[in-house]
Amino acid sequence: MANSAALEGINGLRDIRRSPASHLAQALEAGSVQGKVVLAEGPFQTMAGVRVNPRSEEGSRIAAVTGGLPVRCGDVGGADGVSVLWLGPSEFLVVAPEEAHDSLGGKLIGSLTEALGDAPGQVVDLSANRTTFELSGPRARAVLEKGCALDLHPRALKPGTALNTEVGNIPVVLQKTGEESFRLFPRASFADFLGRWLLDAMREYASPEVP
Amino acid sequence: MLLISCPNCGSRDETEFHYGGQAHVPYPENPNELTDRQWAEYLFYRDNTKGTFAERWNHSTGCRQWFNMLRDTVTYEIQAVYPMGTPRPDSAGKTTADTGTASTAADSTTTGTAAPSLSSTSTTAPEGATK
Repeated sequence: MANSAALEGINGLRDIRRSPASHLAQALEAGSVQGKVVLAEGPFQTMAGVRVNPRSEEGSRIAAVTGGLPVRCGDVGGADGVSVLWLGPSEFLVVAPEEAHDSLGGKLIGSLTEALGDAPGQVVDLSANRTTFELSGPRARAVLEKGCALDLHPRALKPGTALNTEVGNIPVVLQKTGEESFRLFPRASFADFLGRWLLDAMREYASPEVP
Repeated sequence: MLLISCPNCGSRDETEFHYGGQAHVPYPENPNELTDRQWAEYLFYRDNTKGTFAERWNHSTGCRQWFNMLRDTVTYEIQAVYPMGTPRPDSAGKTTADTGTASTAADSTTTGTAAPSLSSTSTTAPEGATK
């Protein structure tokens, strides 16, 4: 009985949940330049921080739940809408659609916790830790290059890689999802800053190009 | 700005890293037997090397792992990156091979007994080597 009450409570909260950059939604839309660079905040996602030795038995149990763990820096593992980002040799970020959260009828966190069992490691629900910015368009790379020291050229950064780095001097996880689309995961408290920083970096593309 | 090669992530900007001070400072085997003086020396006294220096770094914005690095405190040249817990690699051969400026390293590496020569303080870091 107590459990169902808790569930309703969580589902009630879901209706008033605001994303960290929701107050920027209009500005993001106004600042996007269709055909050049488009910025939007992504939907809520279920995220879990996993620390486990990937070569151990519990590591393979976790890998069975997520559909594989990434092996080295930049790799993204996972299957069936779940992606597992490499954050460190024994640290991973599991990203799944919002419905996968246990409070909304999913079982991602619970099955990860179950897979880890009593073995050394940890599974932490980080769904509210980071928000998602979707940056896409032919100028997306140029925008990011203003504040990211990584080599973002397509010959070095392939779609389907995710790197833990700095963009605009703040730590983010940068995932390249397509040839011209990126996903940025800043922590919630940095969402406002990064949103405004990206808008500022995008502003020049609204004006006609000076040859 | 240094470009530091993290053993896990590859080359990244210095701003992604956190400095961890001198490497290879062992925890005393039996701290209770130390005098206050020896304990203070373990806690606070570090080499102030001019030349090749072994230091710890943490890739705090990346993989969050510690590693050791041999860096020349004069030229900022990174001579070696090696895992925690491994002995300090022999820098003398490496420096000779890389730059040919190894002559300064003999006195200035580990012991700290040799005071830096004041006459050579004109050697400064190259323009733009610091942040």
